[in-house]
Amino acid sequence: MNYLIDRRLNGRNKSAVNRERFMRRYKEHIRRSVKGMIAERSITDMAKGGDVKVPAKDISEPSFRYGVGGDWESVHPGNKEFVRGDKIPRPEGGGGSGGGSEGGSGESVDDFVFTLSRDEFLNIFFEDLELPNLMRTAIAEAEDKKLVRAGYVKDGTPANLSVGRTMKTALARRIALGGPLRDELEQVREALEAAARAGEPQTRIAALESQVLDLEGRLARLPFLDDVDLRYRHRVAVPRPAARAVMFCLMDVSASMDERKKDLAKRFFTLLYLFLTRKYERVELVFIRHTDEAQEVDEDTFFYDTQSGGTVVYSALELMQQVCEARYPKSEWNIYGAQASDGDAFGADPAKSARFLRERLLRLTRYFAYIECPDENQSGNSSLWVEYEEVGSSDLNFAMRKVFQPQEIYPVFRDLFRKEKV
Amino acid sequence: MSVLPHGPEWEFELLERYDQVISQTAAEFGLDTYPNQIEIINSEQMLDAYASAGLPLGYPHWSYGKAFIRHEQAYRKGYQGLAYEIVINSSPCIAYLMEENSLMMQALVIAHASYGHNSFFKGNYLFKQFTQADAILDYLVFARRYVMECEQRYGMAEVEELLDSSHALMEYGVDRYKRPQPQSAKEREARRNEFEEHERRQFNDLWRTLPQPAPASAAAAAAAAVFPEEPEENILYFVEKHSPRLAPWQRELVRIVRKLSQYFYPQTQTKVMNEGWATFWHYTLLNRLYEKNIVDDAFMLEFLHIHTNVVSQRGFDQEGYHGINPYALGFAMMQDIRRICENPTEEDAAWFPELANSDWHKSMDFAMRNFKDESFIAQYLSPRLIRELRLFVVADHVGKAELEVDCIHDEHGYKRVRRMMADQYKRENLLPDIQVARYERDGDRSLTLRSPVFRGRPLAEDQANEVLRHLGRLWGFPVRLEAVDPEGRIDGYREWRP
Repeated sequence: MNYLIDRRLNGRNKSAVNRERFMRRYKEHIRRSVKGMIAERSITDMAKGGDVKVPAKDISEPSFRYGVGGDWESVHPGNKEFVRGDKIPRPEGGGGSGGGSEGGSGESVDDFVFTLSRDEFLNIFFEDLELPNLMRTAIAEAEDKKLVRAGYVKDGTPANLSVGRTMKTALARRIALGGPLRDELEQVREALEAAARAGEPQTRIAALESQVLDLEGRLARLPFLDDVDLRYRHRVAVPRPAARAVMFCLMDVSASMDERKKDLAKRFFTLLYLFLTRKYERVELVFIRHTDEAQEVDEDTFFYDTQSGGTVVYSALELMQQVCEARYPKSEWNIYGAQASDGDAFGADPAKSARFLRERLLRLTRYFAYIECPDENQSGNSSLWVEYEEVGSSDLNFAMRKVFQPQEIYPVFRDLFRKEKV
Repeated sequence: MSVLPHGPEWEFELLERYDQVISQTAAEFGLDTYPNQIEIINSEQMLDAYASAGLPLGYPHWSYGKAFIRHEQAYRKGYQGLAYEIVINSSPCIAYLMEENSLMMQALVIAHASYGHNSFFKGNYLFKQFTQADAILDYLVFARRYVMECEQRYGMAEVEELLDSSHALMEYGVDRYKRPQPQSAKEREARRNEFEEHERRQFNDLWRTLPQPAPASAAAAAAAAVFPEEPEENILYFVEKHSPRLAPWQRELVRIVRKLSQYFYPQTQTKVMNEGWATFWHYTLLNRLYEKNIVDDAFMLEFLHIHTNVVSQRGFDQEGYHGINPYALGFAMMQDIRRICENPTEEDAAWFPELANSDWHKSMDFAMRNFKDESFIAQYLSPRLIRELRLFVVADHVGKAELEVDCIHDEHGYKRVRRMMADQYKRENLLPDIQVARYERDGDRSLTLRSPVFRGRPLAEDQANEVLRHLGRLWGFPVRLEAVDPEGRIDGYREWRP
């Protein structure tokens, strides 16, 4: 007896468990590869998956094999000109055709390369990172409301009438109210029959008959549907964490910010953006650049347009606050700020900026990160750094770091968002 | 019977009808098969099947994940197509068919797998000796459950380590000259439980404190000095039975790997025959359908196109040459046997007197049942086929500056070409011969393996050291590998110590 079975609907991904084990085993390699990828990648394809290389040596499954050497013979098809005793020069690489084709070195020496999906990549990329403390407060404070169903109530608008539920109640009421009447009716009918059989007086029978009619009437008068039966679907509003975030990228584009520094800033912004997109359904970006005055610009202009002028940090912070008030009310948006600068600021500007940040902006934002990319040979702290340091010491949702090299971006980022140990 | 339709699309009803006519035709030729179970799968499931060596279920292990990733990548990037089918040596015989196949392909694959391979599984002596088709699925279920239980009880890392080490020795887990006893998975499990229960009940810590009795006499001591008395080629078996370190559950895991190795052993020894037989039968069966007017010309043209690709053999100097194609060689030999039976030339009659003018059914059936690749080629590769394939032998000897053409397809060469071709499929030619020589039971508990140096061929250094490390992990005490030259002197020596 032969069977023909369609297995196509059966579970795919039978090997998922094995793939996962493989990944677990080579986690260290994968982590290392991911770090390498970040260093050499451009911003636009940061969030793609990527190829991970594991050296063949580390992944091979060894077995006893013949090595190169010794006497071998091998049979080949397609002879055209050879006769017995012909000499053939050894092919390059020494091993010899016989040894190479059968004994050989077993596995090829190439690295084992495989592709991480975007999700796998990001998972490792952001492994052990968390928005410090903030997700929880975000949920508690959120003022966004959502209606959820919460059972049934006795009054409401006709639009919310639940027919099924209403009919059920009506049925229950009819059964409950009709029960005693039906019992009584049955008793009276029995009595009537008994009376008729026993030949009791006509008056007694008539009385019983009228009682039957009365009871039947009362039963029939039970309303099919009554006001008390009506049930309405109930909805209550529950607070819901705002699932939207806006990220402000603030960058100093004055003459002292050269391409290297901008590149560092860009990398940091990208990481933050990627990270936020994993935490929120929707993330909007606002780019603010400033010299001695601040401008809101689009991404390309932000990163690639050159400008020169002095430096007034305060102007950018002020603009950020204005944009927030105009477009991103705190109640609806999770606001994040990231500022990059080389720390050059003059006169009263640093102190003013720090105060504004502490008193106004940090109230609005969930988190504000400041990245300083100083000149490579710079020693000591910039004026802005000194002022900001005070802010950092008092406010939890503010963090600052210095970055010199692109390779440092990722560690610094990880450092900022390290998952807090409970 | 009317012509069956064909085309790129297939449907179940049609597949059933094709299966029916193929089954009838196979019965006409007297093919003896297990019942068939034909399953349609998609490409993703085919990749899954690849990763688990075609088995419908296996225990979880990272190496299968690696295989899966490798195949998946090759497939996605277009380096590798997927097989049209995979067939499992079980009863019922499960054949996986790809949904992408055209109706003609499905018919071809049904003939190839469900009648060709299937009858080979049922008839060939190696499969009969080493596998139990009706028990394998049960055993796989048992193995998977047992491995997963162990993972829960003893930790994933422990189990993984043990499986890694056992896999390294997997090829040395077969008793080639002992026939395993038939035992179903249920019996096996029952026995294991019974055994564990018995041990638990009989446990008495006092036994541990008893002094070990001294050997009764000097002669007995001398006899005990070398253990095992005969070298043991089944290293995994030896580890399972005698490892001083393994806990019972670990022994059971080693055993599972060994059993799987044993299950696959016949397939490694019969590639040419198995594929040749299956290809011969899909060719013969579909041609028979054509003769009976069940399929039409267009069907046959499409079929021949695919079939020719499958059995093409490139010359050594052509692009894409990867050695001998087992489908090509096997098919050519099977066809050749039939030809010799039906239309022998004088040469054939001289070389194969027992085949010439015999009933080709019987002769081929005999060949299928009683040979493996090595002996099959040694027995049946005919001079005519050697000429057709233009086979020649290249010798690569140590100490000679150049390779030498040892023999070609001429009068002097036939026998030698045939011998060499057969040797190419010999297990010794692919796997170094390594056996357990000594277990110092009363000494330092070390284990000594011995590997005779065969024609000056050395072991691959790195790998040998790695495998030795794995063996050491299983053994728990020093392990040694000695290379022995043809005169019996110890030539080389490597050791692993815990």
